[in-house]
Amino acid sequence: MTAADIQKAILDILSDIAPDEDLSDLKADVPFRDQLELDSMDFLDIVMELRKRYRIQIPEEDYPELASMNSTVEYLEPLMKNVAG
Amino acid sequence: MSKDFLEDARAEYDVIVVGSGLGGMTAANTLARAGHSVLLLEHHHKLGGLATWFRRHGGHIFDVSLHGFPVGMIKSCRRYWSREIADSIVQLKDIRFDNPMFSLSTTFDRADFTHLLTERFRVPAATVKEFFDTARDMNFYDDQTTTTGELFGRFFPGREDVVRLLMEPITYANGSTLEDPALTYGIVFSNFMSKGVYTFRGGTDRLIGLMAEAMRQSGVDARVGCEVEKIHVAGRRVEGVSVGGRLIKARAVVSNANLKGTVLGLVGEDQWDGDFLDQARAVRLNNSSTQVYMALREGEMVDQDCGDLLFTSTAPAFRTELLLSRNVTSRTYSFYYPRTRPGSNRCLIVASTNANYRDWAGLSQGDYEAGKRDLIETTLQAVAKYVPEIRRKLAWVEAATPLTFQRYTKHIDGASFGTKFEGLAVSRGLSEQIAGLYHTGSVGIIMSGWLGAVNYGVIVANDVDAFLMNNASQSTVDAVDAS
Ligand SMILES: Cc1cc2nc3c(=O)[nH]c(=O)nc-3n(C[C@H](O)[C@H](O)[C@H](O)COP(=O)(O)OP(=O)(O)OC[C@H]3O[C@@H](n4cnc5c(N)ncnc54)[C@H](O)[C@@H]3O)c2cc1C
Repeated sequence: MTAADIQKAILDILSDIAPDEDLSDLKADVPFRDQLELDSMDFLDIVMELRKRYRIQIPEEDYPELASMNSTVEYLEPLMKNVAG
Repeated sequence: MSKDFLEDARAEYDVIVVGSGLGGMTAANTLARAGHSVLLLEHHHKLGGLATWFRRHGGHIFDVSLHGFPVGMIKSCRRYWSREIADSIVQLKDIRFDNPMFSLSTTFDRADFTHLLTERFRVPAATVKEFFDTARDMNFYDDQTTTTGELFGRFFPGREDVVRLLMEPITYANGSTLEDPALTYGIVFSNFMSKGVYTFRGGTDRLIGLMAEAMRQSGVDARVGCEVEKIHVAGRRVEGVSVGGRLIKARAVVSNANLKGTVLGLVGEDQWDGDFLDQARAVRLNNSSTQVYMALREGEMVDQDCGDLLFTSTAPAFRTELLLSRNVTSRTYSFYYPRTRPGSNRCLIVASTNANYRDWAGLSQGDYEAGKRDLIETTLQAVAKYVPEIRRKLAWVEAATPLTFQRYTKHIDGASFGTKFEGLAVSRGLSEQIAGLYHTGSVGIIMSGWLGAVNYGVIVANDVDAFLMNNASQSTVDAVDAS
């Protein structure tokens, strides 16, 4: 998957997790929490969905890497480079 | 011959969940949806654990733990259960207090509490704001040395009335006291204050029925009447469980049974490192409860002025030990109007107190029965202040004690709200000791109550899902990588 694929995958997951949120003008460099009403359970759901959909494992100590879209994509790129897009 | 509750059960599953409390059911449902084969075993003849109800002759249905939960339950039910369940959650708008210090009605949210604290209790607005922000920003990994009592001392020195307003409902909600870490208070209080107190329309029976249906759809193999006798461990790895004399294997086991009962009983003391065992032994259980269930005759109504939830006390000030004493001075009433179960024309009242197991255990049968009668009598006297002529209107009354809670849920000492804070670390630590073994359910105060148990079920399901993936046969992983 390319960075753009990963970004799209994350947006797909977010739209399932936060169906009431408007994701169209989400800023990639601003923490999700400052733009969306996400709590720690929502971040856990992102982790679970990544595992379910792409078999990507994220250890608990790495959860802070999922703070914003940019940091998430950067963190996932090496882990997802072999995942079919 | 008695019914074989295990008929057609398989010899092996990916996961076995022991216990069908909200934590166990949510973990089972989440894991089944993630594609694992799941067996859920419940010793009682119905699902739900402490989220339960019972029927009595005359059509009365009593809810045991449906007094109220935070708004977060809506989101969790929508996400991990179903929209139908989430859509049945409605707000209880009239929460009342009546004690020698104050009598008031509130929606029990931040806006209304801010109004009350500034206008009525004359606390400066800036102090109120800072208190709410401090409570909201607390995390479970924060400083654990500050107690709730110290937190109140910092913001509201000398204000026993304010402490009572802020603390009494939370003590009822999860058994936490002024002596517990402040973060346990802050997290639970903030959950409620975000939008008030909520209930489930249709009652606990409907909720658990809908959950059972959702589990069927997810493929959970759920069995009642199945007491797990032992969790088997070999070479520091979980192997399966014994149930009804049968061994059923599993790659992972999630225990929703009492934490100490799991470590010391179901698994057994010889399976742990000495340090861990000591840590588990030292975990303090939370208090238990008593309840008096009252059903009014058909058509007899409780005045709506009683509110939905009423925190009463005749004690001059708030004291932890008074709340637990058998000489009851504090009671919480849940008033159930016909709208609780649309279509019914019944009003029911459930009076709850926090209680110590030791005050009820070890009594002779005669003393125990007399204790229950006394509990009922004194409750009827107390409730008459709010529901005049209660005795004339009454169709059914009975009481539950800590022994009742123990019998139905096998919680050691009838613990109503799991363990004190230190239980969380032990619960989280099981899988480090024994591969594939997990615990979910009310622990550590913050994971207790309906919302805490549901969310903890998801958190643990996530751990189990990761474990199962990491321990999948190598070929599966290769196949996915190659795709
Ligand atoms: C009187 C009372 C009032 C309450 N009121 C509220 C309220 O208003 N709001 C709120 O949010 N919370 C309330 N609570 C707390 C809430 O009900 C609990 O925190 C929550 O339901 C606990 O869920 P749990 O997952 O820990 O499992 P539990 O409900 O404790 O269930 C554990 C299950 O495991 C089963 N089990 C145990 N051992 C075995 C075995 N060996 N084999 C098979 N099965 C086994 C038990 O039978 C039980 O079904 C109340 C509790 C009590 C007691």
